[in-house]
Amino acid sequence: MSAYSVTEPTPRAKWAAGILVALYALITMIPLLWIIATGFKSPADAISYPPKVVFDPTLEGYVNLFTTRTRQTDEFLAANPPETWYEEIVRQYDMVIVGPSRYGERFMNSIIIGFGSTFLSVFLGTLAAYAFSRFKIPLKDDLLFFVLSTRMMPPIAVAIPIFLMFRSLGLSDTHAGMILLYTAVNLSLAVWLLKGFMDEIPREYEEAALIDGYTRFQAFYKVVLPQATTGIVATAIFCLIFAWNEYAFAVLLTSGNAQTAPPFIPTIIGVGGQDWPAVAAGATLFLLPVLVFTVLLRKHLLRGITFGAVRK
Amino acid sequence: MSEVVLSGVSKAFRKTVAVNDVSLTVPDGAFVVLLGPTGAGKTTTLRLISGLDAPDSGDILIGGRSVLGETPAQRNVAMVFQQYSLYPHMSVRENLAFPLRSPILKTPEAEITRKVGEIAEVLHIAHKLDNKATALSGGEMQRVSIGRALVRDPDIFLMDEPLSSLDAKLRADLRVELKRIQADLGATLLYVTHDQIEAMTMATHVGVLDEGRLVQFGPPREIYENPVSLYVAGRLGLPRINALPADLFPGAPGGAKTIGLRPEHLVQGDGRESRVVRVEHLGDQTRLHLTLDGHDIVTLTDVHSRLAPGDTVAIAPKNPLYFDASGTRIA
Repeated sequence: MSAYSVTEPTPRAKWAAGILVALYALITMIPLLWIIATGFKSPADAISYPPKVVFDPTLEGYVNLFTTRTRQTDEFLAANPPETWYEEIVRQYDMVIVGPSRYGERFMNSIIIGFGSTFLSVFLGTLAAYAFSRFKIPLKDDLLFFVLSTRMMPPIAVAIPIFLMFRSLGLSDTHAGMILLYTAVNLSLAVWLLKGFMDEIPREYEEAALIDGYTRFQAFYKVVLPQATTGIVATAIFCLIFAWNEYAFAVLLTSGNAQTAPPFIPTIIGVGGQDWPAVAAGATLFLLPVLVFTVLLRKHLLRGITFGAVRK
Repeated sequence: MSEVVLSGVSKAFRKTVAVNDVSLTVPDGAFVVLLGPTGAGKTTTLRLISGLDAPDSGDILIGGRSVLGETPAQRNVAMVFQQYSLYPHMSVRENLAFPLRSPILKTPEAEITRKVGEIAEVLHIAHKLDNKATALSGGEMQRVSIGRALVRDPDIFLMDEPLSSLDAKLRADLRVELKRIQADLGATLLYVTHDQIEAMTMATHVGVLDEGRLVQFGPPREIYENPVSLYVAGRLGLPRINALPADLFPGAPGGAKTIGLRPEHLVQGDGRESRVVRVEHLGDQTRLHLTLDGHDIVTLTDVHSRLAPGDTVAIAPKNPLYFDASGTRIA
């Protein structure tokens, strides 16, 4: 019998915990793995039953995602042999590539609107949270409640007024309009989350900086902000995930110019039968920016999500 | 360095009056200690001078100019906080350099390096300069925060119980060090504490605060020997002054309610018989706990005293202090 400790789990408990965590991770990741795998399947494999776990990988989905194609006559095909590997893939179906699809454009829109609104939400949220945390503001509690109340209904409930407002302000189908809208939705979350973090930073730091010869804004910038990094990063990730994945407003308010990727991806289905591999490829690529952003900032996030749980 | 004058300064937080009509002059080059229990208004007084809080009424002058409209930065004061004062995201060196880099001072880099090195040497933290501020012991942190004030050349240093979180030995060392630095620099210092040894050893002047009022101000010996009230008498002296009914010993003047007897105000071998309850041998002194008519009395006796609990000792007052019913000194 080895020494007993109340703080160290036994080896058996560690193993059991490890297996449980691995199992849970696997279950949550299956849909994701399924999407990634489907992106590399041929259309036939993608819908075969029973589902194929082992299959011949192909880039067909990705080629279809990024191109528009058209059917051609045998004579045309014989006269113009394929020059690139991706043209060859398309030729299997007697098609030729006539140009790029709009996926790249939509993806860029998502990047501009997603990151733009995240930046704006976090920037405004940080300033507002600092003010709420530090200054005597008349009706502070009511204002905070009012800020929170904007989240007490699904944002889409106000879709019609917003649609009308956007139309008369000329914001429909513009990047600026979508950035403003997502910022408005995210701002309440940002203010509340960040206020919690700001409240945890002792005032003595700023007071020391004020006496050390700095202005209020410099004290905020040089002393408070570096300590709020964790909170700012966690907030930024939450804001980005919302803005990135938002579907309903994007469908309603964008069409040609500022359409983001979420409303675009389903439209791939409609072209010449159900092209599941292309949809899956679009979804896979769509995951990457948020994934990279989160992985890069992961060490801040872990502390951020559990903030307040453990007092230092 | 400059003279700092408070005239009729008051500050209330909601209904609590923290500082009540305080007038006080900190002379140029003086080491003024503010004494008082928690809640007496010591810290608030420092915050009002530094500009972190604004007084409700009264005026504050630094070097002859009213600073009421000025920001903390413009007032050119340095302050050492009781705790939490180091910037946790910076190294010790960056912490010490922070005030020198402020837009008001804009010190050249070479000068910063020299001053930071100098102060680190004085405070024995030179080997920790590149540590993160959070990777220090409590004593080291507090020395860094004192150092952050000392790198500057302010009109006045404000210190809020800077030694309270240190262990006894370090506190004694730093006490001597602080006094030496103050004397060397000719610095003006306003220092808050409730440690009477700090007050007695370092101060040129002591101010005693009671519920926001400055009840007495003067050199430490004067405060000790001539307290204006029982409250002031109780702030200084260890063991504390014995406050007993005035009629316990003969000779009380009319109107006296309480007789205040410091340990050295009791002569042994004559007078009223009291019983020894406990004898504490502290090494450098021996404390005698006595009881007389049900009243506890603490006094000092010979270090090698052979008295034991149960013995009787005759005691008589010598140069006692008398206070009336309100606690005001009358003789």
